[in-house]
Amino acid sequence: MSDQTHTATFDRVADIISDTADIPRDTITPESHAIDDLGIDSLAFLDIAFAVDKAFGIKLPLERWTQEVNEGKVPAEEYFVLKNLCARIDALVAEKAAKA
Amino acid sequence: MRLEYFEMIDAVTRFDREAGRIEALARVPMESPVFEGHFPDHPLVPGVLLTETMAQASGYLVLAHLGFRQMPFLMGVDKARFRSFVGPGAELRIEASLEHDGSGYAVTKAAIRHDGKPLADAELRFRTMPFPAGLDAPMRERARRIGLFDLAGEPA
Repeated sequence: MSDQTHTATFDRVADIISDTADIPRDTITPESHAIDDLGIDSLAFLDIAFAVDKAFGIKLPLERWTQEVNEGKVPAEEYFVLKNLCARIDALVAEKAAKA
Repeated sequence: MRLEYFEMIDAVTRFDREAGRIEALARVPMESPVFEGHFPDHPLVPGVLLTETMAQASGYLVLAHLGFRQMPFLMGVDKARFRSFVGPGAELRIEASLEHDGSGYAVTKAAIRHDGKPLADAELRFRTMPFPAGLDAPMRERARRIGLFDLAGEPA
């Protein structure tokens, strides 16, 4: 994964979050935690997931992620800090491209 | 339709699993306390109940799509439009299609027609989650009663 790809993904995701959750775009950074820093609740996160799924042609595995976080297997930061979320989006896009 | 009991769908008339599509029928009752207030001497089905009707058709679609393993709960209504009026005795035809099958959520588009003309349409979002205790059986019974299992098959 190149830095350029990551930046492009982050810009797209940040735009989606800004539009969907009505959060000023300049407050969203790669280090932002979607819940703790940006205050996105679970309902709003589903709206964001829908927009991300559509924009990238993927299916974010939110149920698995939520289960892993709730069971303490994975820290929430792994999924909800935006740079990590974008890395996972890139991985899902690459996985889909490899299957095509 | 049993408006006071929020049982909006009378029958499922078509279910296409591959296309992610459902069609249903709802007959507006001739009498209901709802019409006493909405409106006095001028009974009209409220837009919120038309929205609920689209949500229930969509909900049965999502239920069948997920094999009755999870329950859809309405979490969002977008682009709702009410294009005409309808009152007691009307026969409504509802269509809903699955727009997106997400992880933990689903998005549908639904529309109601009356006398062949568009009556209402909306985009609906659902959170899908495990059935709360005790809800599974009554939902299956409702689905059976409206003919969903005849068209979609009995879930495991």
